[in-house]
Parts: sequence; structure tokens; C-alpha cells
Amino acid sequence: MRVVRIVMICFAMNFIAAALAVPLSFAGGAITVGEINTYSKLTNFTIPYRNGWRLAVEEINNSGGIGGKKLEVISRDDAGKPGNAVKIAEELVRRDKVALLMGSFFSHVGLALTDFAKRNRVFYLAAEPLSDALVWAKGNRYTFRLRPSTYMQAAMLAEEAAKNPARRWATIAPNYAYGKDAVKSFVRILKAKRPDVQFVAAQWPALFKIDAGSEIQALAKADPQAVYNVTFSGDLAKFVREGKLRGFFKGRFMVSLLTGEPEYLDPLRGEAPEGWLVTGYPWYDIKTRAHTRFLEAYRKKYNDYPRMGSVVGYNMVLAVASMLNRAGDTNTDRMVRAMEGLTFPSPFGPITFRKIDHQSTMGTFVGYTTLKNGKGVMRDWRYADGREYLPGDAEVRSLRPRD
Amino acid sequence: MGPFIVQFLTGLSNASALFLVAAGLSLIFGVSRVVNMAHGSFYMVGAYVAYFAISWLPKGGFWFWGGILIAAVVVGLLGTVVEVLLLRRIYRAPELFMLMATFAVLLVIQDLALWVFGAEDLLGPRAPGLDGSIQILGALMPEYDIALILIAPLVLVGLWFLLNRTRWGVLVRAATEDREMLAALGVNQKRLFTGVFFLGSFLAGLGGAVQLPKGGADLLMDLNVIAAAFVVVVVGGMGSIPGAFLAALILGELTSFGVLFIPQSTLVMMFFVMAVVLVIRPYGLLGKPEGVEHTVSELAQWPLRKASRKLRVTGAVLAAVLLAFPLFAGSFQLILIGEIAMFALACMSLFFITGPGGMVSFGHAAFFGGGAYAAALFVHHVNTPMELALLLAPTCMALLALVIGWFCVRLSGVYLAMLTLAFAQICWAVVCQWGRFTGGDDGVLGIWPSPWAGNEVIFYYLAIIISGGGILALRYLLFTPFGYAMRACRDSRLRAAAIGIHVRRRQWYSFAVAGMFAGLAGGIYVFSKGSVFPYEMSIPRSFDILLSVLLGGIHSLSGPVVGSAAFIGLEDLISRVHFWRLILGSIFILLVVCFPQGIAGYFSARFAKEPGDQEAGSERSG
Amino acid sequence: MTKLLQVDGLYKSFGGVEAVKGVSFDLEEGELLAMIGPNGAGKSTCFNVINGQLTPDRGSVKILGQDTTGMKPHNICALGVGRTFQVTATFPSMTVLENVQMVFLSARGRLSTVHRTVSRLFVEQAMDLLRVVGVESQWARPCGILAYGDLKRVELAMALANRPRLLLMDEPTAGMGIKERLTLMKLIGKIASERAIGVLFTEHDMDVVFAHADRIIVLNHGVLIAQGSPAEVRDNHEVRRIYLGSYAR
Repeated sequence: MRVVRIVMICFAMNFIAAALAVPLSFAGGAITVGEINTYSKLTNFTIPYRNGWRLAVEEINNSGGIGGKKLEVISRDDAGKPGNAVKIAEELVRRDKVALLMGSFFSHVGLALTDFAKRNRVFYLAAEPLSDALVWAKGNRYTFRLRPSTYMQAAMLAEEAAKNPARRWATIAPNYAYGKDAVKSFVRILKAKRPDVQFVAAQWPALFKIDAGSEIQALAKADPQAVYNVTFSGDLAKFVREGKLRGFFKGRFMVSLLTGEPEYLDPLRGEAPEGWLVTGYPWYDIKTRAHTRFLEAYRKKYNDYPRMGSVVGYNMVLAVASMLNRAGDTNTDRMVRAMEGLTFPSPFGPITFRKIDHQSTMGTFVGYTTLKNGKGVMRDWRYADGREYLPGDAEVRSLRPRD
Repeated sequence: MGPFIVQFLTGLSNASALFLVAAGLSLIFGVSRVVNMAHGSFYMVGAYVAYFAISWLPKGGFWFWGGILIAAVVVGLLGTVVEVLLLRRIYRAPELFMLMATFAVLLVIQDLALWVFGAEDLLGPRAPGLDGSIQILGALMPEYDIALILIAPLVLVGLWFLLNRTRWGVLVRAATEDREMLAALGVNQKRLFTGVFFLGSFLAGLGGAVQLPKGGADLLMDLNVIAAAFVVVVVGGMGSIPGAFLAALILGELTSFGVLFIPQSTLVMMFFVMAVVLVIRPYGLLGKPEGVEHTVSELAQWPLRKASRKLRVTGAVLAAVLLAFPLFAGSFQLILIGEIAMFALACMSLFFITGPGGMVSFGHAAFFGGGAYAAALFVHHVNTPMELALLLAPTCMALLALVIGWFCVRLSGVYLAMLTLAFAQICWAVVCQWGRFTGGDDGVLGIWPSPWAGNEVIFYYLAIIISGGGILALRYLLFTPFGYAMRACRDSRLRAAAIGIHVRRRQWYSFAVAGMFAGLAGGIYVFSKGSVFPYEMSIPRSFDILLSVLLGGIHSLSGPVVGSAAFIGLEDLISRVHFWRLILGSIFILLVVCFPQGIAGYFSARFAKEPGDQEAGSERSG
Repeated sequence: MTKLLQVDGLYKSFGGVEAVKGVSFDLEEGELLAMIGPNGAGKSTCFNVINGQLTPDRGSVKILGQDTTGMKPHNICALGVGRTFQVTATFPSMTVLENVQMVFLSARGRLSTVHRTVSRLFVEQAMDLLRVVGVESQWARPCGILAYGDLKRVELAMALANRPRLLLMDEPTAGMGIKERLTLMKLIGKIASERAIGVLFTEHDMDVVFAHADRIIVLNHGVLIAQGSPAEVRDNHEVRRIYLGSYAR
């Protein structure tokens, strides 16, 4: 039957396509590492992120690789499903014999891999997941995290927000772990610094399904002087537009997590809010030598400007390469020891992986949004170094289970 | 007072947006009985096309609305193409298969949209002339929301005229009410269906385009809107346009005020409302009962046959290969096969009630993920050993299924399916929100097997034996009076009741059995992964299971196993390449067109003789 | 002696249309009672009320002296009521034998059995019944592909399997050839008298009715207009005017 033949041919083609897509693992000549992320979703983050790590791999291999060996990355899509991520991790470790795992965006996927790393004694560098639990409550010997956590970023904002005289605060955050953690940390730190503030409303829209008009009305009803926002991406765009139309932002102090990142600020174009206190990435204004070199290389390769994701991807591979250089081989225990206390140079300056909780000291930029040439940018920003926004060692020890 | 009025008006404008998406979906379902999963994709494409059309056209109010109309027409044509090229070929296939076909279209459009429209979120343009706000008793209300509030009734009236005052509309309504009669009247059904599909897709595109000034276009819109659209359609009564309008109003206002009074309610408000409405009114607010006897007739033509000798030999060989597998396979292959087996058990449990039981569930992940959670929480909180947790997980899920099933078996067809979805979503929301007990989104970690089963080969055997045992047990159950009674209720409720079968009770028990085995699958699954997250109970998970069952074929007892292997195998194989959803979707489409009975169904139909031949008889006497 | 079936003052309306208006009649053991009347006279509504599928607006139904008004069909069945439908209702995905087995399983409370397969339960009894109605040669074929006349016989076997005292048969011979009709009705009559079963049936074919019924009731527009022996009914003026017309020459 003809249809059967067509189907068979399609299957065969898929097998071939799949086979071609898997890079061969060079036993002697290369170090293979596994990378897992949610490429089929959240493309506005993951594509710049992939560009970032590819740039780093290219640079490392062009300058001689790691101890003479090339760095190979096998990259896989977990589709945002933690079960898939674990299955892919099993495959990367068992079949492809990768030396270590890295990547992931969603906190729950990151946590699934954290647990996998612990059980299978596999080195795992979580790049993007922000969950505090990743290095604290659920932390383990084999897991490291690059980005500043929810707690750290909230602390950065709370420090600056405490300077504002506003007393009546409200919060709005997506109704899942990230949003809840971000609000909890912010409230705790702000109250510690300013016992006089009170929180008069907390809104919890469903992730990516915000009903912005109603949320704004509900917030307005509580009449806060300041609002802490954790929504991002499409939710943020709707929140900003409705808030503007409904005159909600007038005379209110707005604090917003991640909003200064190009991933989320740029889609707003001319409607980007002004005067919000945000964390973000003002790539256009960072003039350090390390960053300029990265910016030029990125622009040359992709003819595009980097996003926060690009830096995360880039730093992730830099960190892994530095660690491998220091460890000398791919024995997991030696890699873990090499990673603990490792300092490597990045576009944001030197970054250290703390021995105490495996959190990196990578920071982020804190500043205010403004409009420039019809585009949202950050002004009056400063680099907030991660090491200054982590709790004391005693507290960290109490948060983290013993290995 | 002002803020309340504005909150109310905001609810109305939400209702408008909901109605525009739902109207097209309801129309398409009413006429063609296609559960159109791609409706959200049409909505998304509408938003993107309108965005680009508006930025390309000259500025100004006329061109803005012109752009929106262009987008709606483009999407209408897209829907027509899908209907003519794909759906028209499979109208004779079971309704569920159309669901799979449209799901495939959804997958394909996801990747095509990424490719064509780009990865970045687009902020919608403001509507010229409606870009400000008006004062209502001291509160500001965006002008565009007011416009939206007016658009929905206009569309409703337009549709009413179209359906009540034109010949075409009368035919459409006739088709909604009685398809057989329409065929008897000699109406060209093909053209009618194509027309309805155009109109339905046009409305979806319009919905996507019209919401641009309230948000924008992004690649997650399709999945984010489809559930809400289905809820509106079902609450209103499938096929009823005024019902959809009423439901949109109720849901729009309830969610708007829900946000005000119970800010945490956002995850579940809609589904909660749907559950309440369906429990009280099994056919939605303005829906009419379907001819129950008609909905399952296509399934009832497939007799259940005992394994032929050929199949038994194949099964024995397969079992032998699986048992000997660790001798020659790598450790990852073991994990993959183990996962296929566990997933196959979940699929088999869904097949059990869907195929022979005639009850489609869109929320089966509640039991699969629920089983995983039950096991994980017992281990986490009270240090239950794995062996006991594997008993407790199915027990808990049988109880949960008894509770959910008690409500669900009062319904039938798509309404039943949507009620299972609502309950699954409520369970999911509970797991998400009750962080102290369930770990919330951060899940439960560190659920590893007992030390004796920690070895991957031993765990492989454990997974294979539990899953295989569960599958065989369910299979055996189908041949016992228990399974026959369930099938009798599917075949003919009328006859079943007339011979003294308590139809609902039989269905209720069957539901519980399916829940129990899904719970068992989830229980063993969590030990293979080591962690569990709310995702395992979510809608996409339910559809993974449902799609696998359909992939294997709803008519064939080996369907779930084949479907599970095909689904996980395909997913594993092609998730390595970019644009894998495009490939997966295309494969689904091909399968649907080439094997309308599913993979296993196709082969068993090809290799079996005519149903009812002496083969079945000789085996019974032998 | 208690009556098998007593129907008393039955009313049932659908959305304002009164389908049955105050119908009363009764039925004795071993009796073949035919219910006739033009289309829309309310025959099927009466059947569905007696069977439990519909709840009457007013009036009562007693079976073997027990008030069954408002009871569910599966409970009424348990009292010993067998039923066949105007459009045959069997389990199309099951074989003829299995269809009859289902009735035994249901009647003996074995539906929750999970440790034995159906293929070993009540086979002999079911085969015996198939022989009684004359479709034993078809036992292994699924009902979904059976000829219409055979299906009617299977339905009869199913109605008989739970040893009913009362049989409700909605047009038992519809769609059959004349010869087959008479054979089947003769069979029903034989079974009824042998087993002391009361039979209530509707029928359009007046040859069948007048040849086999012990008694006849006539419905028109939901009202019972006449009842009595075939001879009495045939001579009733109103019945002749409304219904029988040219038949009763």
C-alpha cells in the first residue's frame, strides 16, 4: 500500500535526521558535556541563551580547548517537563557518557535535575533556575547554581526600595513557586529594614494568564503607595498597558523584578514604564573591558545584541571550562572540589562559586527604567555583586542540609 | 462605587474576549463534532497576522480595523485549508481521532509560528481613537475595553442573523441538531462543514486580533487560551452560541471579582465554575442532551476478541525479549523501556474506560500524577517504605476516582471528558497551592527506590513486572463479567438497564478501577524519576496519555502498549532536533490519515478475518 | 389472585403535550395483551413508564402487587420484567451467546466477578435459551452484524433469561416477513403459556394482533378508548372509525 510506504519513508527520514542531529562523542579528543533547556518554550530567553553558550564554546575551542581537548556540548530540549529532563539526563549520562550536566530554565526542572545529580553523583550546574531551594533547602554536593537566586535579587531590590518613603505596599506575582518566593523574600527583607512598612494587598495572577485589568483594579482598591511586581514576559506587557490606561502607576513607586532585562523590557518598546526600580541588564551602557569584549564578539557572531540569557549561557560555559581546567579531568569528585571556591572572569567581572552553598556570586544590575529614543532602558544603575546579598554563613548552614 | 463599576466593566470586557474565542469553537463542534484543539492556534495566528498587518498598513482607525479584519479572514482561510486537506478525510473516523488530528495541527502551527513570526513577544498596538481612558465616578476605564464590551454583542447578533435568517444558517442549525436528517435532505455536507470551519476559524482569528490592544502576540497564547475557550463552550452548552455568550459573561465576571476577593483563586476559578455547572446541569447552561445511543455506536462495532494464537506467540516473544533485555542492552535503554512500560500501564488504564468503557477522560493525569504524589508524600512525610507506598498509591487513587467518578458518570460524551478535566485541574491547583504539604511547584524530591531495588536492572524488572502485570490484569478484567458489564453500558445503556444493570454504578466502579491502575503507574513512575512536580497532574500530561492511547488505537487491546511505545519513542527520538513539534505533528497527521484506527488497530484489522468469523467461536469451544 | 400488572390512571406529558391521559388497565398471568393504536397514540410512552424509563406525572404502576411507580429500570427488571424494544437494543460488540450470558450474570448478581472470565459462566443456560428462540446456530456472531429478524429473537432470549413474570414487547415482529411474524408470535404465545408469563405487546400488524392476542387495548391520543377480547374490539364502532378502518371488514 502506498500510504504505508510513505509513512515508512517518513519514519526512516526521521531516524536519519535524529542520527545526524546527535554529534558523535569523541572519546579521546574531546570533553563532552550535556546541556538541557526548555528550547521549545520561552524562546525569547532560550535562543539568546543558546547563542551565548555557543559563543563561549567557540571561543574556548578556538583558543586550544581544555587541556588540548575540544569542548563538545550535547544540547537537548526538555519541553518544560521535569520527567523528560530526568530521562534526558539519564540518556546523556549513561549513553552519551557526558562529563557533567548544565542548563535548564524552570525551577521545577532544575530541582528535578538537582535530585538526579545527587542520586547519580553527577556534576550539575544549574544556569538559570532561580529557586532558593536549589542550593539551600534541596541543595546537595553535586549541584551548583550560576544566576543570583530569587532571594538575592529580591534583596537587591529591597535594599534600594527601603530608601523610598512609601509605607503602604502591595505585591503582584505569578501564582507559582518563583512568584511566591520572590514576594516572601522581598517582604521579609524590606520589613527587616523598615519595620514601619505594611503590605496591604497581594495579588496572584496565574502564570501567563494574567487578567491584567481586574488585577490592576484590585490593587488600586487597596490604594498602596508602592507596588512590588514579579510578573514577567507577556504578563508584564499586559500589566504595564492596563496600568497605564487605568492611571495606576501615577504617583506610585513601582519595584519590579527582572523587568530591566532586555528579554522583558524591549518588547514593551515605547510603552516601557518610566521610573521603576528594576533588576536588569543595561548592556548598552556597561563599559568595562570584559563586557565590551563580550559585547563585540557577540555582535560580530550574531549581528544582534545580547540579552540576559546570552550572558547566562556564556558564563555557564566559561564556568565549566574554568572548572575543568582546574580539575584536570572529569572525575566528578575532583570536578566538585574544583568548582568549590572557583573564581573565573566573566563579562560581569570575576565570579566565585561559594564553597558553603555552591551559589555563584554572579550579580545583576539594579537601576531605574526610563525611555530613550522610544525604547526602555535602565538609568542610574549599578552592579550589585551577588556576594553582598547572601545571608550570613550561619544562616546558610541552617538552610542547607548536610551532605 | 466607581472602582466596583470599573471592576464590573472589566469583567464584561474579559467576557467579550472570551466569547469571541469560544463562539467559533462552539460553532465548529456543534456542526462537525470536531473537538478542535487547534482553535487556540488559530487565535494566536490571528493575533500575529493582525499585528503585522496593522504595522504594515497606514496609520489610522480605518486601517486598524481593516488590519483586524484581514487577520480574521486570513485565519478563516487557514482553517478552511486545514479542514479541506485534513479533517475532510477523517470525518468518518471516531470523534476522538479528530481531536488527535487537530492536536497535530496545533503542534505544527506552534513551530511554524516560531519560524515565521519570530521568538520575541510582540506588544500589541493601541487602537487609534480608543487609546485613552474615560472617567467613571473617579476611576479610569480604558476606552478600548468599552469598545470590546460592544463588539461581543455585535458578533452575537450578527451570528444570530446568520444562523436564523439565512438558508445557510438554517442548514447549520439543522446540522447541529440532527446530522442524519441533514444527510437525508441531500445537503452537500462537505461544503457546509467547510463553510462552518471558515466561520469558526474566522471568529478565532478575530478574537486573537481584537485582543491585540489589550496585550499582544506571543507563542504561548495558543495553549493559554484553549482551555479557557473549552470551559466557556462547555459551560454554555456545546454548540449553543447564546450559551457561550452567557457562560462568557458569568466566567468573565466571576474571574474579575474572584481576583478582587480571593487573589489566590486565579489557578482554578474557571474550572471550579465548570465543575459546579456540569454537576448541576450535565449539558451546560443552554445545551441539549445528545442522543446518547449515537455517541458510541462507532466503538460498539468492534468486538472484543481473545488473543489469537499469533498474538499470544508475539506476546510471549515480547515478554521473553523484555526479560532478557538487560543481558544485551545498555542501561539507558533499560530506563527507556521501563518508562514506556509504566506509561503503557497509565495508557491502558485510560483505554480501559475510554475504549471498552466508552467514557473519555481529559483528566487522567489526576490519577497518574496523583499516584505519583501519593507515593511520594507517604515516603516524604512518614518514611513509608517503597513496597508499601506502591500499595498505598493505587489505593488512594481508587478512592479519589470514586469521589471524582461519582460526579462524572452522571454525564456522557464531551461533557464527561470536560468534567474530568475540571476535577483534574482542581487537584492540580490543590497540589500547587498547598505548598506546606505537597511542596507546591518545587515538588517532592528524593523519592528513590528501596535499596534492594536501587540497581537499575532490578528496578527495570520491577517496573516491567508491575506495569506488565497491571496491563495484563486490566486486560483480563475486560474478559470477566466486570469488564463485560462495563462494555454493556457502553454498547447500549437502554438494554443494560433493561436487563437489570445499574449503569451508573458499573461505570463508577470502572472509573475507580482505571484510577487505581493509573495510580499504580504513577507510584512506580515516581520511584524511577526520584521526584514529582505538579506537571505530572497537569492538562498537558493528561493529553500525553490520551494521545498515546489514540496513537495506538482505541479499538485494539494492544493499542495502549503500542501507543505508549510510539509516543515515548518518538518523543525521545525527535526531541533532539529543532522544530521537533513540526515533525511530531506531521507524523501524527500522517498516522491519522493513514491509520484511522490507530497503529495497533490498523494491523489487527489487517491481519484479522472478518469480525465474527469462526475464529472467535473455535477458540471459545477449544 | 394478584394481578401481574396494574396500571392505574397514568398521565404523562412532554413540554405541555399530553402523551398519555389517564390510562388504566391490567394484565394477568399467561395472558397476551396487545396494545394498539395509531402512531403517536402514547403506546411507547406507556411502555417506558411501566419499564421505569419515564416517571409518570400522575397515576401508578403495580407489578405483582408492588408499586413500581418511579422506580429505575434496573430495579424493575429485578422484579421479573423482561423487555424488548421497538428498535432492537442489544450489545452489538458482544456475540449472541454473550448477550444472553449478560442477562444471567446480571440476574444472579455476578457482575462484579473479577476472577473468572465470561466464557465459562452460564454457557449452558444461555445456549438452551438460544435453542428455545431458534438462533443457536448464530451463537458466536457479534450482534452488531446480525440480521434484523435474528436480533429480535436474541432480544426475546434476553428478555426471557431472567425468568420474567412479565414481558414488555414493543413491536416484537417489526421488520419481519409475514411468515416469520406468525412463527415468532406463536413461539411467544407458547412460552407465555408454558411459563405462565404475562405479555404486553404493541403491534402494527393487525393479522398478528387478532390471531395471537388474548385481549386488546386500544389507545388514541393518549386515551384508552376500548378494551376487550379481539372479537369485542373488532366490533367496537369507535375503534373501527378511528383506527381499524378498512381492516375489520
